[in-house]
Amino acid sequence: MMKKNHYSRRTLLKGGVAAVAASALPAPMIWAQDIKDVTLRQVGTGVSAFNEIAAKAKEDLGITLEMTALDSDATAQRVATQPNSFDIADIEYWMCKKVWPTGNLQGIDTSKLKYYDKIVGIFKDGKLTPESVIAQGSAPHTVGFVENAEDKAFAKEETGFMTLIPTVYNADTLGIRPDLIGRPIESWAELLNPEFVGKASILDVSSIGIMDMAMVCEAMGEITYGDKGNMTKEEIDKTIGIFTEAKKAGQFRAFWKTFDESVNLMASGEVVIQSMWSPAITAVRARGIPCVYQPLKEGYRSWGNGLGLAKHLSGLQLEAAQEYMNWYLSGWVGGFLMRQGYYSAAPETSKLFMSDDEWGYWLEGKAATGDITSPQGQVIEHAGAVRDGGSFYDRMGHVACWNSVMDENQYMVRKWNEFIAA
Amino acid sequence: MTKFLRLPDVRSWLLAMPVTLVLSFFLLLPLLMIVVVSFWGATEYSIYPAFQFDNYQFLFGSSVTYQVFLKTFMYTGITWATTLAIGFTIAYFLAFHVRSQTWQTAFFLLCTIPFWTSNIIRMISWIPFLGRHGLANETLIKLGLIKEPLEWLLYSDFAVILAFVHLYTLFMVVPIFNTMLRIDKSLIEAAHDAGASGLQILTNIIIPLTKPGIMIGSIFVVALVMGDFITVRFMSGSQAANVGRLISNDIGLLAYPSAAATSVVLLVTVILTISIMLRFVDIRKEL
Repeated sequence: MMKKNHYSRRTLLKGGVAAVAASALPAPMIWAQDIKDVTLRQVGTGVSAFNEIAAKAKEDLGITLEMTALDSDATAQRVATQPNSFDIADIEYWMCKKVWPTGNLQGIDTSKLKYYDKIVGIFKDGKLTPESVIAQGSAPHTVGFVENAEDKAFAKEETGFMTLIPTVYNADTLGIRPDLIGRPIESWAELLNPEFVGKASILDVSSIGIMDMAMVCEAMGEITYGDKGNMTKEEIDKTIGIFTEAKKAGQFRAFWKTFDESVNLMASGEVVIQSMWSPAITAVRARGIPCVYQPLKEGYRSWGNGLGLAKHLSGLQLEAAQEYMNWYLSGWVGGFLMRQGYYSAAPETSKLFMSDDEWGYWLEGKAATGDITSPQGQVIEHAGAVRDGGSFYDRMGHVACWNSVMDENQYMVRKWNEFIAA
Repeated sequence: MTKFLRLPDVRSWLLAMPVTLVLSFFLLLPLLMIVVVSFWGATEYSIYPAFQFDNYQFLFGSSVTYQVFLKTFMYTGITWATTLAIGFTIAYFLAFHVRSQTWQTAFFLLCTIPFWTSNIIRMISWIPFLGRHGLANETLIKLGLIKEPLEWLLYSDFAVILAFVHLYTLFMVVPIFNTMLRIDKSLIEAAHDAGASGLQILTNIIIPLTKPGIMIGSIFVVALVMGDFITVRFMSGSQAANVGRLISNDIGLLAYPSAAATSVVLLVTVILTISIMLRFVDIRKEL
């Protein structure tokens, strides 16, 4: 597919090829030569900011990507307050609720997306399979569409304009050190089990941490939520109350805010059970330390990332950004990120970019037949290993809630601050 | 015109002009802005001009604020006392025990070596050292002094204060050392000849004469510790909060007006603390 980019305009115009090419390759290809000089500034959370992706984009498209990785709060802040400091926002779906009303992003015309029909249902009607029940929280499809490019309110169903182009997503759960725990862990409630006093941790990003807390409180049978993704003030009070008590009793060793902190806490044995993200597990294992992304009976807490277009993009830059988005979904990036433990929004397109063994291990829940390597080529699993939680459908089919922003968000944040300060 | 310029008043005004302009533009104006914004309102994703006391009302209405200020004062107090004790001792040693000027300079440079790396790195390097399976615990266990690793070494108030002391002791050493060097050695000899004991010399001559240095060092340490947020975050494992962290949390959540209100209260607190300290020593008179 990408080869076509190497045609120069002159070659295209030569002979009768031009007409054929023009109909087969619509608008973006016309820019193929020009976008080589375009630089796009991408700001986002660290989950998909890899130099390898920028290098490959340079190779395939010729565009220069300048990536800035920030923590979740800082990313939302940048997108909401400094609209001219970026061209592409690589943000989480829940941030849409915060940043979309600022008008700093523009809706994306789906007719420009070559792989729109390959995008999984989660990002369209919210259903992974026709039988799926939609989980609580800010499910991506609820903030994924707008009526037109300028609209500031979200549309109820699929329209021709997306807020973000979905890229990666995953089902999160607790990470554990099986060697230091020595018994099966099956429920979110274990996070507050007094057995792990001084050896537990939770992440200090309020919008995600509160969801982990809710999973725990519900699993303990302490609270039954109407909607974990949109709690009432009483539910927030109770949830934070339970965790404040645990904090005062010394349950937590530390809280973490960045990926590296969570890796270090786990690898050093300071913590044996904590909220964790998939690549962090991989990073701990790459050091030869056993670490499991433990599937739990209550289900997963899920998140999704996407690329948003800055309002100020137009003309050549806009074309380049659209081309970049098409390239993002065309397979190579998906394969790269799936080796990281995430899922691509258009998994099918990545099949060609992964070996059968990789596909079997990461997506089908099959035992690896050979060494499984990280995107950087480090061996992380050997033959016989099976992915924690199993196949794509086993994992994404058991999502209990999505990361979200609640109506009572400001109240929740104040309560969260009190929890941290308590 | 030239006559006008020669008037002493006009000349001094003109001479003071550049620094006045720089300070008003880069210090006073931003401060004023912070005060103004502290009365504004905020929504999820934006801030809007208003004149309301909501931010202050919430700040003073929350028990967390008082706890956090108390904690900030606790960190400041303990860090100040410890850095003073260590800083004074080092300065005393350098100024009075090391006779040759070459060695004085050499030892002094030695003190500054850790400052060649970044603040954050010096702080973070404590983490593997103090951890549950860190060097400190492993050594103590091997020596047979403890059986179980000490949990309070890391991610605790102890760790926070340790890092503060490590980071800021030099700010005490430098001004104290500087004032000690200015003490006329003949004063000490005279006291000695008059039969004063070492302790008497210390309390009657050296300490009173190094007061300005102590005060300058103290201002540095107090201001730095009260305004810090990153040390508290890293060394307490995000479990403790001081005022700086309240502000940084607010900024992270786009609640600029609330952050501004907290900053104003912190600023007033620091100014009050330092003016009280200055009541004890008139730095200008003694320098």
